[in-house]
Amino acid sequence: MAPKKVVLRFSADIADKPIIYRLVKDYDLVINILKANVNPQKEGTMVLEVRGDLYAAGLDYLRHQGVLVQDLTQEIARNEDLCTDCGACTAICPTGALYLERPSMEVQFDSDACVVCYLCLKACPVRAMEARF
Amino acid sequence: MDKTYAEINAKIKEGKAVVVTAAELIDLVAEKGLAQAAREVDVVTTGTFGPMCSSGVFLNFGHSAPRIKMHRVWLNNVPAYSGIAAVDAYIGATEVPEDDPLNSNYPGEFRYGGGHVIQDLVARKPIHLKATGYGTDCYPRREIETTFTLDDINEAVLFNPRNAYQNYNCAVNLSNRIIYTYMGILKPGLGNAHYSTSGQLSPLLKDPYFKTIGLGTRIFLGGGIGYVAWHGTQHFPFIQREANGNELGPNGGTLMVIGDLKQMSPRWLVGTSYLGYGATLSVGIGVPIPILNEEIARLAAAKDEELYAPVVDYGEAYPNRLPGNLGYVSYAQLKSGKITVNGKEVPTAPLSSYPRALEIASLLKEWIQKGRFLLAEPVQLLPPPTGQPEPAKLK
Ligand code: SF4
Ligand code: SF4
Repeated sequence: MAPKKVVLRFSADIADKPIIYRLVKDYDLVINILKANVNPQKEGTMVLEVRGDLYAAGLDYLRHQGVLVQDLTQEIARNEDLCTDCGACTAICPTGALYLERPSMEVQFDSDACVVCYLCLKACPVRAMEARF
Repeated sequence: MDKTYAEINAKIKEGKAVVVTAAELIDLVAEKGLAQAAREVDVVTTGTFGPMCSSGVFLNFGHSAPRIKMHRVWLNNVPAYSGIAAVDAYIGATEVPEDDPLNSNYPGEFRYGGGHVIQDLVARKPIHLKATGYGTDCYPRREIETTFTLDDINEAVLFNPRNAYQNYNCAVNLSNRIIYTYMGILKPGLGNAHYSTSGQLSPLLKDPYFKTIGLGTRIFLGGGIGYVAWHGTQHFPFIQREANGNELGPNGGTLMVIGDLKQMSPRWLVGTSYLGYGATLSVGIGVPIPILNEEIARLAAAKDEELYAPVVDYGEAYPNRLPGNLGYVSYAQLKSGKITVNGKEVPTAPLSSYPRALEIASLLKEWIQKGRFLLAEPVQLLPPPTGQPEPAKLK
């Protein structure tokens, strides 16, 4: 079976549990961690490549633990023509992929740090953040 | 040595006026001292770019044949106010289509509203106009549906009853649920803090006593030239103070502004949507401050470290109009990326664009240096700060 990419989001109360360990040990999944981030509010996000026969059961286990699981089929891009550098997305983005450069206060987008959580698509008042297949 | 408007304008016409942005003035004062800076500089330019809900455009479409007295008007499906003369209308920034789901699908998206119509208008895109009338002997037509662009109609005048708020709340959320506000998305339990002025570049923070800004002050408005028409609605300026009497900078002043939309640009009038709140318009405004004397220079040189915003809870206190706040934070702290509220470190983010504000202040500086923009002496200054502002309370 071909590996699938998924985005996992952990709230602060479960971010310190050995959840990924159980995924490997109990469900015998082959896991490649593409991105991982814990923000200052202790919310975690992770992008995984997952392969194995118990894939579906493993994902069910994650959901049961309170992890938000999303398939990763899109990537996020910023439309530079629309962005006004307002900054409204920067405290919403959980990984710091959207951040303010100081002292210019220009907003930068680091797509390598993006975990495709779609929060900025909702937060951006001028719809400059776009999801692309 | 004091200067007059006429002396400064004479220097602008000769191309000899010394013009600096408010950010540059701060550096100049640090370098040369206040007295020297005040002598050298003729004009300081300011700027702000952010959502300003109390904005809209008066339109006169021209008459059709046969004539119609427009009773209801829609522009790109967004209702405009037409309770004025036959083919006059006002499109307000926060108006949304009648079939918009609003917050019935909470939080609503408000993808297209009056602010977006205004941006499309000024971008010279075709606008769909629908109007109905009840038919009179002089205006027999009952319906019209057509498209037009900004260049096809008689007048389009941007007239914004309340813009350029002098200062604004730093919004936080003490409740335990996420909230969707005009201050953006606020995460529960002090998850983030949003603020919305350009601090040391912001027009009304640089003339707190309204010693130069008044009716007829010529300004940068939406990329064109506009004017201060009146004080804005809810203009209640005052000087913030700590309990021990220390001054924390001004708050509460606003501007009513007017200008010809046909000169403006979609870069500086941007349709904006706040999730769960509504549609609005982001407006770019820049006000020139003539350095008539040293006192005006001193006030215009106020730094982010000296200007403060009150921290307000939008979970409970703001919606219920409870008095008081959670303390004050300086714009230097806000811009650093974190503040401390109730003992907790909270990440901050702006809603108004500092880079765009700086671009406005720089553009206005360039216009004045090139002699394209002269200062207008106000016919009457705006009301100055009072000790105890008393905004009306609706019973
Ligand atoms: S989708 Fe947007 S908010 Fe989420 S991580 Fe990527 S940039 Fe940040
Ligand atoms: S919220 Fe949108 S417009 Fe503002 S900085 Fe972020 S991407 Fe740009």
